[in-house]
Amino acid sequence: MTWEIVIGLEVHTQLSTNTKIFSGASTAFGAEPNTQADAVSIALPGVLPVLNRGAVERAIKFGLATGSHIANRSVFARKNYFYPDLPKGYQISQFDLPVVGQGTLTIQVEPLSGNAKPYEKTVRITRAHLEEDAGKSVHGDSQGVTGIDLNRAGTPLLEIVSEPDMSSAAEAVAYAKALHTLVRWIGICDGNMQEGSFRCDVNVSVRKPGAPLGTRREIKNLNSFKFMQQAIDYEVQWQIDTIENGGKVHQATILFNPDTGETRAMRSKEDAHDYRYFPDPDLLPLEISPEWIEQVRATLPELPQAKQTRYVNDLGLSAYDASILTASREMADFFETVLAAVPKDAKLCANWIMGEVSAQLNRDGLDMTQCPITAQQLGGMLQRIADGTISNSGAKEVFRTMWAEGGSADAIIEAKGLKQVSDSGAIEALVDEIIAANADKVAEYRSGKDKLFGFFVGLAMKASKGKANPAQLNDILKKKLEG
Amino acid sequence: MSLSLADVEKVARLARLAMNDEELKAAQSQLNNIFGLIAEMQAVDTKGIEPMSHAQDVAQRLREDIVTETNQREAFQAVAPQVEQGLYLVPQVIE
Repeated sequence: MTWEIVIGLEVHTQLSTNTKIFSGASTAFGAEPNTQADAVSIALPGVLPVLNRGAVERAIKFGLATGSHIANRSVFARKNYFYPDLPKGYQISQFDLPVVGQGTLTIQVEPLSGNAKPYEKTVRITRAHLEEDAGKSVHGDSQGVTGIDLNRAGTPLLEIVSEPDMSSAAEAVAYAKALHTLVRWIGICDGNMQEGSFRCDVNVSVRKPGAPLGTRREIKNLNSFKFMQQAIDYEVQWQIDTIENGGKVHQATILFNPDTGETRAMRSKEDAHDYRYFPDPDLLPLEISPEWIEQVRATLPELPQAKQTRYVNDLGLSAYDASILTASREMADFFETVLAAVPKDAKLCANWIMGEVSAQLNRDGLDMTQCPITAQQLGGMLQRIADGTISNSGAKEVFRTMWAEGGSADAIIEAKGLKQVSDSGAIEALVDEIIAANADKVAEYRSGKDKLFGFFVGLAMKASKGKANPAQLNDILKKKLEG
Repeated sequence: MSLSLADVEKVARLARLAMNDEELKAAQSQLNNIFGLIAEMQAVDTKGIEPMSHAQDVAQRLREDIVTETNQREAFQAVAPQVEQGLYLVPQVIE
């Protein structure tokens, strides 16, 4: 029996503002409990929310980056529920008039199993709305009590809701990763998943092909892509087993336990849907003028998709290279700075960045932002490869030295004497000597033993201490051997 | 539309209000009066009129993204019923 999997995501991205969405308290991570919980964050009676321009600006940025409709007028609503980390008794969110409306995000899906090929898919974004985060419950040593830290209360969130367009764990993970890349790329969220800056809720249901949508269960608060995949795989299997065994799936909110790899129901959604939303009378409608939208548009960097297309069409790189080089903005910036040094050699740049640089970063457990070699340094070295000053093996030595000790390519080439001999007179002299000293082998070669060519190259390279320009050496050697 | 007693009980539970039978009945009658008023208003023809989301026809003023608040934890926690190591304490939350 085949089942169709239907997945939609709700992603909470913490916006990278300095202050909270409705007050001037700091949002810096890791402060002592409640030292950033001001009167608005702890909901003292009489306080009023004042909306942060920076939060709205980031929402607009996201809308522009996903080709979404941006509402010229949007409204904040109260979502009512009781929980100790929500001191007002309601969360200020948006309901029927969110800042960002329908848009799309195109993703590259790498199937997780089998030999299936990567493919592209466009996921529809339903909406993205601004809201405030809640505080944190701390379950400490004291019996019978829970500690509440309200530093996080009021931190601006952009909740990005997708249509149920994904039909496998691989697609859900690809979408989440693309979103994660995008929000960091446009600088609206630091994307730090350990600190909870990017949290995913995944709605999963199964159905027979063509049948109406099945009942969904919502896996809450996934903060790693690996857990997301595991949680979806487990949940899908659980739902299929339940139905095939004659049971019924009931709508529920569930949690994933990374230790057991299982999902379990958290609470029934019976009450949860009764949030009794209504427009917040403390906040006036938010107006976003076309001029403001255009101002924000002017600050948008070139987006990953546009870059990929340009790399393929204008630079002649493969789609694979283009996707790796745009995996993060740091990576793309690095590539483009290197490319500026050798504008005609995009493939050479791509090969070095994806090859030696990535491998060395991996070995040292570093990411692109911690790369000990600057893009300018690498560009300088690639210039010397491109103009024939150093050979590929010479370049590898320059690279190793640069990585370990720093310094410019030119200085290292000079200090280590790695300059290739490209003076044809010098190479000819060297080849003449070898031919004279190996008359027997030359005769064998001339009588048809072509394989000996490598032997001569080896000798010549050795004689030049590895510095002879290989292409030039080959040419000269061939000519002289032919007599 | 009118509310049944069960509806009122549900709303009271969602709002964490403990109400006895008498109070529930009183609330039911009051709420139904309000619903009557709403029904009257909904009967008015509003075709072509843009919905209003706030009584004042002005837009939200925005605040610049600059830290203005200082740490006042000590003052706030002086009036809290129970605190420990900077945390507000509440009866244990069981999930």
